[in-house]
Amino acid sequence: MSTFEKAFRSLTEGFGENCIIFAVTLLAAIPLGLIIAFGSMSKWRPFRFFERSKKRLLRAISHVAPIRWLTRTFVWIIRGTPLMLQIFVVLYAPGLLLDIPMRSRMTAVLIAFAVNYAAYFSEIYRGGIEGISKGQYEACQVLGMTKAQAFFRVVLPQVVKRIIPPMGNEIITLVKDTSLARVVAVSEIIMCAERFTKQGLIGPLFSTAIYFLAFNGILTLLFGYIEKKLNYYRG
Amino acid sequence: MAILEVNNLYKSFGKTEVLRGIDFSMDEGEVLSVIGSSGSGKTTLLRCINALEVPTSGEISIGGEKVYSSTEMLGKSRADQRRWQLACGLVFQSYNLFPQYSALENVMLAPRLLAKEREDYKQNRKQISEEIRENALSLLARVGLSDKISNYPCELSGGQQQRVAIARALALSPKVLFFDEPTSALDPQLTLEVLRVIRELAETKMTMVIVTHEMKFARDVSDRIIFMADGEISADGTPDEVFSDTTNEKLSAFLGNIQQ
Repeated sequence: MSTFEKAFRSLTEGFGENCIIFAVTLLAAIPLGLIIAFGSMSKWRPFRFFERSKKRLLRAISHVAPIRWLTRTFVWIIRGTPLMLQIFVVLYAPGLLLDIPMRSRMTAVLIAFAVNYAAYFSEIYRGGIEGISKGQYEACQVLGMTKAQAFFRVVLPQVVKRIIPPMGNEIITLVKDTSLARVVAVSEIIMCAERFTKQGLIGPLFSTAIYFLAFNGILTLLFGYIEKKLNYYRG
Repeated sequence: MAILEVNNLYKSFGKTEVLRGIDFSMDEGEVLSVIGSSGSGKTTLLRCINALEVPTSGEISIGGEKVYSSTEMLGKSRADQRRWQLACGLVFQSYNLFPQYSALENVMLAPRLLAKEREDYKQNRKQISEEIRENALSLLARVGLSDKISNYPCELSGGQQQRVAIARALALSPKVLFFDEPTSALDPQLTLEVLRVIRELAETKMTMVIVTHEMKFARDVSDRIIFMADGEISADGTPDEVFSDTTNEKLSAFLGNIQQ
């Protein structure tokens, strides 16, 4: 086997890992992000009945919205710390703190990625959902639709159209982020390429760019296509 | 029997009292216009009757059925409100069509979703769906938009959008149809085509409540006019009575301002 062939095989195999991380993260983070988005928009205030109280402290307590505060704090932590650090935490914390060691390094990577991207997606969703005018909900209401019907038949399709550009951005970032998995020795493409660098060959490392460019090229075309497809209406 | 009855309706937002004891009732087939300056509570009244705002206290009955009562705790749950809203139809100032659906789909969406709750839906699925489509097509024809059924709202003029919104509200056969300043966002030309549709509905004896700033139209089309000021009904009568009433200071001031 020539060196070129060896490098090609190794890189392709490595990129397979990147693709797995990419696919699993997307599949998990897209729905999970929606749940987080709902949490961060939650209006549930269990102590609302103190609203009219004469005592200032009780009035302050009436504003407590536990679900919204918890999810927003969670999103702040996830977006405020490096993904690389989160991968380490997911890998080591369960074993150190709870005595349940993480089954595999790949599992840790997948969990960290899914949670991290869900947090980012949730903010994109939130922006999209909050951007829908109140009139749309009111029109649904007076037409006797249930909340679920209003959301899934009227609001969500409009949200999807609005969030396609920022989601495309985020998803392209995800492709490149997958190479972070190497920090816990998951043999993704850059880690595979570095094995050649150690033998004095720099070519394979630089060539990894081709894989990323090709993949993101396809994604760009795909998102352009979806955007065009949804362009049949404005609003 | 009164088709719509509002008794002692109050609504406050925080400390601001917007409706202060509204009482009126109307008969089937009547066309009622609500006039008054901005901030007089016209729109809030409409929103309360359509369950978009929960009143602070009072009672509302539609078609002889009590839909809201503050003393009986009626009309607060979403299920109650849904039944209540199905008895009304509301046309908004800003149309609020669903942009991703064509004119026809906008009209068919709510009836189709509602039909799924019918017991015979599974057996007669095709037939029900065909009936809804037929009905939607005839409603769009009635508002003069037979040639626009597959256009999306963004491809329609404001007047056309508002006419689709009227057809959409009629699709659920409401007992009373409400209009919240239906022409405020339209230029005079487009206003005319929407008013023509409302006038035609009035001729078919549709019970309607119209909040409007179009005095001439209100005078022409309505059987009765309510003038609201400061959250109360200040004058109530036939158009001739209301427009010739010189004893009511607030009304004279309002009509005087408009004529200038």
